[in-house]
Amino acid sequence: MAQSDPIAARKALMKENNNNARAAVQMMRGQKPFDAAAVEAAFAQWADTAQKLPGLFPDNSKTGQETKATPKIWQNKKDFDEKAAAFGKAVADNRAKATASLDGLKAAIPVVGKACDNCHEDYRLTQ
Amino acid sequence: MMKKLIVSAAVAVVLVLAAFWFMTISRTVPASALGPHTPDLANGKTMFAIGGCTSCHAVPKAEDKTRLGGGLALGSPFGTFYVPNTSPDRKDGIGAWSEAQFVTAMNKGTSPDGDHYFPAFPYMSYQRMAFNDLRDLFAYLKTLPSVQGRVREHDLPFPFNIRRMLGLWKLVFLDGEPFKPDPSQSAQWNRGAYLVNGPGHCAECHSPRNILGGIITGLRFTGGPAPDGQGGVPNITQFKLKHWTVADIADLLETGMTADADRVGGSMVDVVRNTSQLTATDRMAIATYIKSLPSVEGQAPVKK
Repeated sequence: MAQSDPIAARKALMKENNNNARAAVQMMRGQKPFDAAAVEAAFAQWADTAQKLPGLFPDNSKTGQETKATPKIWQNKKDFDEKAAAFGKAVADNRAKATASLDGLKAAIPVVGKACDNCHEDYRLTQ
Repeated sequence: MMKKLIVSAAVAVVLVLAAFWFMTISRTVPASALGPHTPDLANGKTMFAIGGCTSCHAVPKAEDKTRLGGGLALGSPFGTFYVPNTSPDRKDGIGAWSEAQFVTAMNKGTSPDGDHYFPAFPYMSYQRMAFNDLRDLFAYLKTLPSVQGRVREHDLPFPFNIRRMLGLWKLVFLDGEPFKPDPSQSAQWNRGAYLVNGPGHCAECHSPRNILGGIITGLRFTGGPAPDGQGGVPNITQFKLKHWTVADIADLLETGMTADADRVGGSMVDVVRNTSQLTATDRMAIATYIKSLPSVEGQAPVKK
């Protein structure tokens, strides 16, 4: 499906990613009970994001809608795509472990979070 | 008559040079100022995390953030700084330094050779650090891997490359005062104020600077330009964080998640890597202090 509004699409995906991450962190802290179905849904959504990400930054989406994407994305598109793939791999590798138990989730989330940060550090504005 | 004029002119020049020389003498902390102390490595590790040492001094892009070989290029309006090797290597790092030399570097911005450091090294903040915290940090740094290789010189155009001039800069911007607790505030608030204004050096990025590169006092914590030149660093006074709770701020420092269901980006990602290693108690202290910063609107956001 062609994206008519890639900026809005990627913003919506990222927001959903973060909502799922927040829920996972709350489970890890015991603020919410461990919910395997919710964890599975989160990992499915992250896997979907990782797959869609490289296609959501066409050349006509560098500015507008207060995007926090940095120009470095388009200067280093190959590295950007590789980091998206690394995120996808971290999600796939840790999915079974995370849905199995709370301890598994606690081990999985830092690995996935690291992949998030690796990209945000270079390719997302501070503010 | 002419001879008299020449003599007085020469005397004037000598006086000015002498005044410049005296005013720009680098300050040191003598070894005699440091009493007996048993290093606390755990506290040193805490200071290492809140100090963000690894964010600048680690070998760029290396997986192991404890290899402090330096080499990162830091752009600035004054030129490019290259972060030095602060690993325990005796030849290229700080392995041969005495404790007093390390405390002097952190508190006074003075190198073991007596040169002024450029304030890209945030000693304006580190000067608030307690001697014992610095000594613990030094002991901890000594436990990290030794990395060989001296980093190249800074690339600064004239006149910014004259280190002696920094003596005048320090007269204006460096007060040499340690952190002073506010007795009207709680112990938690004071711990937060110390961590934020001392080792944490938050204001160094979260404040605008004047043309001389000094932080504009009245606009402290109202945000500034991003260190990598892309975008801006947000205002963290109550002007911007009014709807944030103390727990929200502590949460961000642990997970990188903001109260607006967003995530931090850019160099703050690395800051969170460091603050996530602190105790929850220290993060709450920092958050308590940040939450208490009075609302200041600040300048128009710096946008490219």
